[in-house]
Amino acid sequence: MKINPFKMHIDVDAFIPATAEEKKYMVQMRESSTFFRDGARRLKKNKVAMFSLIVIIIITLSSIFLPMFWPYSYEQQLGVQPGKRVDPSFNNLAPFEYGTTEQARIDKGESVFPHIFGTDSAGRDYFIRVVYGTRISLAVGFFASIIVLMIGLVVGSVAGYFGGKIDLIVMRIVDIIYSLPDTLMVILLASILNVTLGHKLEGSALESIGANIISLFIVFALLYWVSMARLVRGQILSLKEEEYVLSAKATGAKGPWIIRKHLLPNSISVIIISTALQIPSAIFTESYLSFLGLGVNEPMPSLGSLASDALNGINSYAYRLVIPAIVISLIVLSLNLLGDGLRDAFDPKLNR
Amino acid sequence: MSSKNVFYILKRILLAFLTVLIVITITFFAMHAIPGGPFLGEKAVSPAVMEALEAKYGLDKPLFEQYTTYLKGILLDFDFGPSLKQRGMMVIDIIMDGLKTSIRLGVIAAAIALLFGLTLGSIASLRRNTLIDRFIMVVTTAFVSMPSFIMGSLLLLVFAVQLAIVPANGSTSAGMIMPIITLSLYPMAYITRLTRSSMLDVLGQDYIRTARSKGVSYPGIIRGHALKNAIIPVITYFGPMLAYIVTGSLVVERIFAVPGIGRSFVNSITGRDYPLIMGTTIILSTLIVLMNLLGDIMYKLVDPRISFE
Repeated sequence: MKINPFKMHIDVDAFIPATAEEKKYMVQMRESSTFFRDGARRLKKNKVAMFSLIVIIIITLSSIFLPMFWPYSYEQQLGVQPGKRVDPSFNNLAPFEYGTTEQARIDKGESVFPHIFGTDSAGRDYFIRVVYGTRISLAVGFFASIIVLMIGLVVGSVAGYFGGKIDLIVMRIVDIIYSLPDTLMVILLASILNVTLGHKLEGSALESIGANIISLFIVFALLYWVSMARLVRGQILSLKEEEYVLSAKATGAKGPWIIRKHLLPNSISVIIISTALQIPSAIFTESYLSFLGLGVNEPMPSLGSLASDALNGINSYAYRLVIPAIVISLIVLSLNLLGDGLRDAFDPKLNR
Repeated sequence: MSSKNVFYILKRILLAFLTVLIVITITFFAMHAIPGGPFLGEKAVSPAVMEALEAKYGLDKPLFEQYTTYLKGILLDFDFGPSLKQRGMMVIDIIMDGLKTSIRLGVIAAAIALLFGLTLGSIASLRRNTLIDRFIMVVTTAFVSMPSFIMGSLLLLVFAVQLAIVPANGSTSAGMIMPIITLSLYPMAYITRLTRSSMLDVLGQDYIRTARSKGVSYPGIIRGHALKNAIIPVITYFGPMLAYIVTGSLVVERIFAVPGIGRSFVNSITGRDYPLIMGTTIILSTLIVLMNLLGDIMYKLVDPRISFE
């Protein structure tokens, strides 16, 4: 039927109810996928990354929950009983050996919780020390990365968004910090902050954490934010040119709002990936410093200080070195593999 | 070389000099942040040394004057003052003494890392997705994620304690074997991975296909075309590798008791020998900054495609 466009001629066919066949075209074949769901699906397919994720979850959960119901604590010297002479039979026990009083109780028929990894030279249960050391190492790595993320995010987005003189000054500072030899500076600052903070912290709420760990955080905050700031700035600079930012500006949106609403969400995947990769490197640095004797305070253990202590008794108690070595390698390896997996799954530029 | 290149190199040298200056400044003010100053409250310091220190650094003078005196002493005479813990020794002598051993250690380790890294990386890329490639990648991944102190301790445990085929003490030349291997493993693994990925990239290029169609032999292609281009990313790793070797030698020398600069640095930290800490930090930092500078300039020189800013 020919319709004259200038007549108010209604095409009746257009008002006939759709047939079942026509309706089928409108049915969504599959749910629309969001960016994060897409990434998660890709991540789930990556066997290596999923296995690493499971390893990390197991290690993290056991480091949090095992100390809660373990009958020994990391600082308890088993041979030392109040009001009694120190019992040296508890020192340097091999795995699944017992001290004299414990042996007597077993002979009487009582059950004593075994020392799975034996005890150290001060008679402390070694298994719980390793678990506790893992907890410290993980916590330091995690919080240090969060600190780095916060500072890098704020500085990088401000420099990238406002540009001009602010950008110039910030980037010169970043360049200079970047060219400093980081490990040496970390060692220098950590060794000095230990002494300086020790006096200032006495009596304050932070004292229980220990001057060493706080100085570690300060050092991380001072030195490692630069690469994060560079990354965020680069992202913001390229996103700033997008049309939707221009349109937001045209409708009168303020700077902070645009950063929060448009720029950060669009650069979030790159930021998350680089934070995830920051954690193993923070754990690396913490254990390195602990190994040099600049890490956590005695009697608190960390994986690095456990390995360092074990070096002295390497001839007779080699397993005390091997255990923390395996744990730390496992943590760093699986975090790295997971980070790589995250990058493959969430970096849109790598999408094939 | 064009004037642009000269300008870039001059700019880079200036930045390196500035970095060293900043390191010295940070060291100075960090030491002065210690309550009571770096030299006070040390029981082990004899009154004679104390007096010499006070006279030398003019501790009663204003801070800025102390700083300029300190800076002048370092830049003009390499004067870092006397050690607090090792009686009658100057810091610079202790450092120079250790540096000889450490440099030998580091240079050999770097050479081994480069040699094996390039070879293994090329093999892995040419035998891509075969058993050899997989094996090389798995082993290098493990090496890259293992901290140097763990690697060193485990090697010490296996080869020096359990098997007893090498001495555990690193003061003899046979004892240097283990520290050198420990130091070279991480950079070797890193270079292997770097070489593999850049070789794979290069092998897919058009000029490789052209060479092959011309009838160039397989080894000829690798020697003449592939390796030359694949080596460029490895050169960028030159600076970071030496930085790693310098910092890695701190723990490695402690583990194997090598009488190098690293061991004296670690001892100075635990013994709070502040002038030695300052001196070592400055010397090692200068070394790292110089190596980075060298790597940067070399990188720009080998590849004509890389433009100078």
